[in-house]
Amino acid sequence: MEGKAIRLQSLRKSFGKTEAVAGVDLEISDGEFFSMLGPSGSGKTTVLRMIAGFEPPTGGTIELAGRDVTRLAPFERDVHTVFQDYALFPHMTIEQNVAYGLKIQKVSKADRLRRAREALADVRLDGLGDRRPSQLSGGQRQRVALARALVSRPRVLLLDEPLGALDLKLREQMQIELKELQREVGITFVFVTHDQDEALTMSDRIAVFNRGRVEQVGTPAEIYERPATPFVAGFVGTSNLLTGPAAEQVVGETGTFSIRPEKIRVLKEDRDGGTPDASGAVGTVAEVVYLGDATRFLVDLDAGGRLTALQQNLETSSEDVAAYRGSRVRLQWQPRHTVRVPDAP
Amino acid sequence: MTKTAPAAGFVRRLAGTLHRRPRLQLSLLLTAPLTWLVLAYLGSLSALFLSAFWTTDSFTSSVVKVWNTDNFTTLFESDVYRQVALRSVGVALAVTALCAVIAFPVAFYTARIAKPRWRPLLVVAILTPLWASYLVKAYAWRLILAEGGLLDWLLGPLGLEGPGYGLTATVLVLTYLWLPYMILPIHAGLEQLPDNLLDASADLGARTGRTFRSVVLPMLLPSIAAGSVFTFSLSLGDYIAVQIVGGKTQLIGNLIYSNITLDLPLAAALGTVPVVIIVGYLLAVRRTGALSSL
Repeated sequence: MEGKAIRLQSLRKSFGKTEAVAGVDLEISDGEFFSMLGPSGSGKTTVLRMIAGFEPPTGGTIELAGRDVTRLAPFERDVHTVFQDYALFPHMTIEQNVAYGLKIQKVSKADRLRRAREALADVRLDGLGDRRPSQLSGGQRQRVALARALVSRPRVLLLDEPLGALDLKLREQMQIELKELQREVGITFVFVTHDQDEALTMSDRIAVFNRGRVEQVGTPAEIYERPATPFVAGFVGTSNLLTGPAAEQVVGETGTFSIRPEKIRVLKEDRDGGTPDASGAVGTVAEVVYLGDATRFLVDLDAGGRLTALQQNLETSSEDVAAYRGSRVRLQWQPRHTVRVPDAP
Repeated sequence: MTKTAPAAGFVRRLAGTLHRRPRLQLSLLLTAPLTWLVLAYLGSLSALFLSAFWTTDSFTSSVVKVWNTDNFTTLFESDVYRQVALRSVGVALAVTALCAVIAFPVAFYTARIAKPRWRPLLVVAILTPLWASYLVKAYAWRLILAEGGLLDWLLGPLGLEGPGYGLTATVLVLTYLWLPYMILPIHAGLEQLPDNLLDASADLGARTGRTFRSVVLPMLLPSIAAGSVFTFSLSLGDYIAVQIVGGKTQLIGNLIYSNITLDLPLAAALGTVPVVIIVGYLLAVRRTGALSSL
């Protein structure tokens, strides 16, 4: 049976008059890589801090493995946190930082040294145990923070935008490493991020936050392919919505619809071809953005509204692509990729 | 006519010259303060040290400028002087320890618990006693500690009485006088301590006391050491408080003071003792890294 690692029920938090978290219900399973995705100020970090015990909730309950921990102090909860700016103790060596939690648990000195070294090896930092945090690079500090939080094998690991301060290359590398590490240790990861790519890449499931509420919970594919609200459609992936008269004319129904840019083919208007039973619309190319591996077309539809289409550069080069600007095109996509987006409640 | 810098007045030309000659700029900047430091500060210290090697005519009490080390021999061989020196160091250490113990909770409140907009006001409140005259405060304590004074009256119902004038009273008054000098550096240190280190410690299972011992205290050691430099050296050099509330207590400060008119060279030799002790103390403090952050 799959247990619930975390259960949040109508969790709320107000700071003075501002309501940072306005009633959140979530269930996170054991061993899951769960992301909380949202723009800054959407309440995701506050929820994380309440799970860790740093902020007392204004209302609602928090259960960890079936136990109500709403009123417990951080040191009474079996969760560890990886902080955004790492929060390593500057007066301790790397090894002492990693062994800190074990020392508090009164693990014998030999044991905790061995486990700290193992944890450092897990994050590929062997041999750096005697250094101070200030002597390490950002990526290395990040790994120390990870080793410190994982060494005593908590039930849940909370990660607060842990990759935010790293440069792009390192971030992509760490995303893969984190995911592998999570699979190896089998600990529940709750990962806070404002980066949709990060969330889509790493997560088993994602909760999209907006204004202190959860807009949608689902697998990356569900979130991406079938956004439940206009906000989710806009925040995850490129906003590509058809509404009002444009929707009526193109889709043939009233409402709001989302079509992901990579599902749309761009054809010259005068050229035949394409799929006969595809949905489509005609328009003028307003802008062409050459991205190297792909090209993004911004097309103003005759029916009104604007759609973005993304084409892999299979045969085209930057010169060919530039010639498209201002030309008339026909957009085509499979009818099943037209997704109705329910209006926000 | 070519367009160059706008009409160069005298001030502008001077500024330009100074900009091109950084050495001249530096010497203009530092000549006055360096003269002051060398003449007034180092000069008086050397005068003190030199006069410690003279003697006094025991008959007329006038200074005899003959080189000898009699004063230092007296200092080292007399039990009284050794006891007084040790007692003075003991008082300075006790005052420093008391200040640290009292200052910490106060600074913790002003730096971390009080609302941010109240903090500057609280710091001013801590500094306010320093605006009042030292003598007034010391005499106020004389009244508080007097037999049948405020302290006796307060402690009376508990069946206790105040310490009266003496060594305890001296430590108490010096602690009161120098406390702000300890609170301020600890306040500054606590203000700079990142919140998330405390969160991280609790997160890893540490209770409040443990976090205090393992994270807060080691990180504040430089601040406490910086504060202790003030409390220690001010206490070691004090000679007024002990005269007002110390009863018969002799500290190195009032020993020097009472010898100035009688035997100036001996007073000078006594005066080098706190200088040497404080240099030693500073060297010890330097090892904590406190001085590099001043």
